[in-house]
Amino acid sequence: MERRYVSIWFSSLCTDWLMRRQPYLRNVPFVLSSTERGRAIVKGANDVARGKGVNIGMAVADSRAILPSLQVIDDTPGLNEKLLTAIGEWCIRYTPVVAIDLPDGIILNASGCAHLWGGEERYVADILEKFRKLGYDVRICMADTIGTAWAVARYGRPAYSIIKAGEQLSALLHLPPSALRIETSIAQRLEKLGLYQVKDFIRMPRGALRRRFGQSLLQRIDQALGQEIETIEPVNPVVPYQERLPSLEPIRTATGIEIALKQLLEGLCARMAKDEIGLRSCLLCCYRIDGNVQKIEIGTNRPSRNAAHLFKLFELKIPAIEPALGFELFVLEGRETERISPEQEAIWNRKEEGNDVAIAELLDRIAGKVGKQAICRYLPAEHYWPERAMKLAGSVQEMPTTQWRDESPRPLHLLHNPERIEVTVPIPDYPPMLFHYKGVLHKVTKADGPERIEQEWWLTGGMYRDYYCVEDENGARYWLFRLGHYDSGEPQWYVHGFFG
Amino acid sequence: MQAQKSDIVARLRKEVLTLQGFKGIVEQRQQQTDLSSIENNFPNRKFPTGTIHEFVSDSSEHAVATNCFIASLLSKLTRRKGICLWVSTNRTIYPPALKSYGIDPANLVFIDLIKPKDALWVIEEALKCEALVAVVGEIQELGFTESRRLQLAVEHSNVTGFIHRFKPKNKNAVASVARWSIKILPSTPIDDLPGVGFPKWHVQLLKVRNGIPGAWQVEWNTNTFSVTADKAVSIPAIHKSRTA
Repeated sequence: MERRYVSIWFSSLCTDWLMRRQPYLRNVPFVLSSTERGRAIVKGANDVARGKGVNIGMAVADSRAILPSLQVIDDTPGLNEKLLTAIGEWCIRYTPVVAIDLPDGIILNASGCAHLWGGEERYVADILEKFRKLGYDVRICMADTIGTAWAVARYGRPAYSIIKAGEQLSALLHLPPSALRIETSIAQRLEKLGLYQVKDFIRMPRGALRRRFGQSLLQRIDQALGQEIETIEPVNPVVPYQERLPSLEPIRTATGIEIALKQLLEGLCARMAKDEIGLRSCLLCCYRIDGNVQKIEIGTNRPSRNAAHLFKLFELKIPAIEPALGFELFVLEGRETERISPEQEAIWNRKEEGNDVAIAELLDRIAGKVGKQAICRYLPAEHYWPERAMKLAGSVQEMPTTQWRDESPRPLHLLHNPERIEVTVPIPDYPPMLFHYKGVLHKVTKADGPERIEQEWWLTGGMYRDYYCVEDENGARYWLFRLGHYDSGEPQWYVHGFFG
Repeated sequence: MQAQKSDIVARLRKEVLTLQGFKGIVEQRQQQTDLSSIENNFPNRKFPTGTIHEFVSDSSEHAVATNCFIASLLSKLTRRKGICLWVSTNRTIYPPALKSYGIDPANLVFIDLIKPKDALWVIEEALKCEALVAVVGEIQELGFTESRRLQLAVEHSNVTGFIHRFKPKNKNAVASVARWSIKILPSTPIDDLPGVGFPKWHVQLLKVRNGIPGAWQVEWNTNTFSVTADKAVSIPAIHKSRTA
């Protein structure tokens, strides 16, 4: 698959951030200063200050002379890295692979992501708009290689540009040599020789370039043109609830894994208790010494930070992991968490609440062993049609919103699909006298009915059913129905349920 | 002296009952139920809770009757509150119908499984959970060892277990306090009116530990049992002397 990269350049990251934090700074000229060889130097300036002639790299004393009303704010070292990391994590909404590009840029690996926004144009425009709204002055370029995207974002004219696949060379031709991410000394030497643009030297013999400027220039040219693959180090968002346990010796036994798991769970639960949070799903990653990672995951019905209960859920899955040569590192990650309020904890002491928790824990264990789909709880639904008179409840706590109906009899056993029967029946609306079901003849002695249930036309079409409750000579009671009426030919008879 | 002796006998009786797995009977308060004529056949004249009851049925009609009887017993045990578990491998229960047996279907949690082995595991785990009122298990086969595990579980938790065995291959002995067989009976017309009457079952208590087997006709009449002794079934000779 073709690779696409987006480079985002923040022309004034720290000053934009300060103005965002303190809006009054927008109309005031200010500079960021830091000391360099005993002199205070301007490291960043906002638009107002720059408009008055203050430039980056000036001594603060000189800029004060130009603009007496200038505000000077101390630059915090490492601020840009911190900001870029936070922005990088925010950018994971655009692609899973985001890298920060110090000192003032972000690189997104956008391969196969742009179509989700309806095309590359919209993708880039959306990024630009989001950053503009946040108050950052950004320039964006999308290209096949990181080098080209970097160069065009910084040295290209428009605020955003998209370089089509394979057009890196033509995009680079008119840019200065420093757009190739080369060392300043090499760029200066190139300019000294009169090579002001990339097109001046890019077609020179490689040997000559290597002899005069070193291998690094050739490498940068190759990276920009896509002849050499460049890798980036993606940002990993920090999982807030994670515990790690490295082991000195590789662990191979189930007992060892259990001890490790208990230790991790205790640490995690203690931290969650402090933050009033409970787990809904949790992942244990076991890193094997041969590089393989074994994972087991559990889920709970209600937020829990009961280490013993969570351990029981994991215990069912421990046989599924293969230690092979042994594990060197265990990482426990709380995937989904939910708040448990402290009031609830107090109520737990009450018998009924305690029951709820115990039942939820039992259902967790069952779900862990045989799967969540095995657990069914039903709530009434407002339908007369027997198959639709109930719905699956989402959780054990969910309460019915409507009443169960019991005016008309319903059989305790209901067939999933009604089964055809042969009947002898007087017309028009009498219950059958005899019926054949599974090769046995049943003689009807008592009967109730009919109870007519219409199909709900707004859901599906179909004929109504006339239900009869009949009892045969042995006392067995059946729920039969006739589909439709005699008007439209011979109606069909079915058995649908059994009364007890 | 005489009073002392009877006290000792009563205490020893209690101990024997506890050892026999009737812990629930000894501890529980007298519950007023309308099953009193059946309850008379149990030790201490109480329906034993906190134990395992086994039901055996041979045909699908009788299986429905058995489930109905279990459902109506559940309604007496839970009294409209409390959660019960219904574990089965091939479920045919239609939850809305449970309303007419006095249970709120929302208080039942159904566990539908494919493998009987899983069903046994779930039943055992559920019986260990003290928060439940009762657990119903519909399984075909139950070995003696497995049934002992279930009995041990309920002795700790006091949950009542109902095991319904439909068409078992052999009716082996299990470690339950009672074995029941419920058969369907033709209903009696209400006030000679036409139509189907109230559900009526032939309830047989085939085995009961430290009690007397018996047979009755039970009618489920709008949330109450009405029990009549069944004359047709004679009480085995062994037990005659004890009833007398």
